[in-house]
Amino acid sequence: MNLFADAIAWIFSPDRATGALPLSEAIGTHLAFTAVAVLLAALLAVPAGWVIGHTGRGREFAVALSGAARAVPSFGLVLLLVLLLGVTHKVAASTTAFVLLAVPPILAGAYTGVEAVDRRVVDGARSVGMTPGQVLRKVEVPLGLPLLIGGLRSATLQVVATVTLAGYVGSWGLGFYIVQGIQLRDFSQILGAALVIVVLAVVLDLLFALLERAVVPRGVSARRAEQSDPARRRRRREVATSAT
Amino acid sequence: MIEFRSVTKTYPDGTVAVADFDLVVPPHRTTVLVGSSGSGKTTLLRMINRMVEPTSGTIEIDGTSVLDRDPVQLRRSIGYVLQNGGLLPHQRVIDNVTTVLRLTGTPKRAARERALEVLDVVGLDRSLAERYPSQLSGGQQQRVGVARALAADPNILLMDEPFGAVDPIVRAELQTETLRLQQELNKTVVFVTHDVDEAFLLGDQVVILQEGAHVAQIGSPSEIIENPASEFVASFIGVERGTRALHTKRTDRGTVLVDTAGRTQGVLVEGTA
Repeated sequence: MNLFADAIAWIFSPDRATGALPLSEAIGTHLAFTAVAVLLAALLAVPAGWVIGHTGRGREFAVALSGAARAVPSFGLVLLLVLLLGVTHKVAASTTAFVLLAVPPILAGAYTGVEAVDRRVVDGARSVGMTPGQVLRKVEVPLGLPLLIGGLRSATLQVVATVTLAGYVGSWGLGFYIVQGIQLRDFSQILGAALVIVVLAVVLDLLFALLERAVVPRGVSARRAEQSDPARRRRRREVATSAT
Repeated sequence: MIEFRSVTKTYPDGTVAVADFDLVVPPHRTTVLVGSSGSGKTTLLRMINRMVEPTSGTIEIDGTSVLDRDPVQLRRSIGYVLQNGGLLPHQRVIDNVTTVLRLTGTPKRAARERALEVLDVVGLDRSLAERYPSQLSGGQQQRVGVARALAADPNILLMDEPFGAVDPIVRAELQTETLRLQQELNKTVVFVTHDVDEAFLLGDQVVILQEGAHVAQIGSPSEIIENPASEFVASFIGVERGTRALHTKRTDRGTVLVDTAGRTQGVLVEGTA
């Protein structure tokens, strides 16, 4: 129990505001790595996933890729890329590794989102004369958004945890405290930094959970609410009739 | 006028959905394609707006082959009503109805006005315009589907089992509405159904299809009931059962008609209809 108390004391110690690496700076770098990696991965994986979901082509490839990527050891990947790109490109190397880790879940979220749209709705959209691009933009993307956000959510969680490894290759992020703590045998520092990472992960997860709910299209959430909650349905009807 | 000329559709797995099919669909009339599942009726309908491409043969609309037209433009010029409505769940009723108008570049305000008019035409209250499809009943959703098909004022209206998913009372109501609409609007309607009664109620011309879109008989409802072309047609339309097989029975007040179950269905009135 003392260890936890020490860890928490370490986090809130006034020393964290100063020193070689202030805590706020470490958190900032950690989040920046996460954000950049997820953003770059999204730029690659979201359009690709939409095209795969829309055309149905390349699906097997995407499934295989996501499966294989889960088996890749992230530590090994980071070190491998640092060795490949050279120690002068440590930032680029570690970011590339994080991007590669974030791609599969985002890709899966994007294509399953599009695939999960009711085929009859897509058929209806085509039959009234939407071009394939319009079907994607006006129907498949908005209706598939909740699953895409789900993909971004798991990618972000994975990356925020893995960015810790950046502490090994450079003196960045919360991982640095852990690496340093191991060398100094300072367990309160190791646990304190780990706790901060956990809190970041939980907060990000909550934000994405809220976002996931917010992007459910209104007509779709209306139906869900009506099916699951009779009281709300009654209220909605009252609102609807009083509005007319 | 829509004309099918030796149209064949073979799917990659070898299934022959439509084999050498010919049909003339007269303008401003309702033509009903009726058959059980697997008769290729929906495939035929979807070939008119190129949702399905024929393997061979041509389909012409007013002398122009549909294959020479851009599929997207073609579909925008033809109204299409799907079984489940096929509405976009994330868009309000008004936006669903204006879909085609907006796709063809009608300004938003003009499109909305037109959409509200069409809601009147199909008998929907304008107050429903801001609702989402999931907040409407099945019958109302189907009316929205019809309104969407009519909004751009197409000459041709394709209806693919539009009343298959609603309950019998609503179906009867929608059938009556369809007859009224057709009297007002005079479109060329191609209607697909598996329900013989619906076919005879709505069709000026009824096409009875067997497997592979083989035409068992074409004619007006009266022609088919009075002179079924084959045993298949007779049994499919049920001339020997239910309310189509009637005997006369003399009563004190005149002759009445009785069905096979012994229920009196009507009174025989002398004279010609």
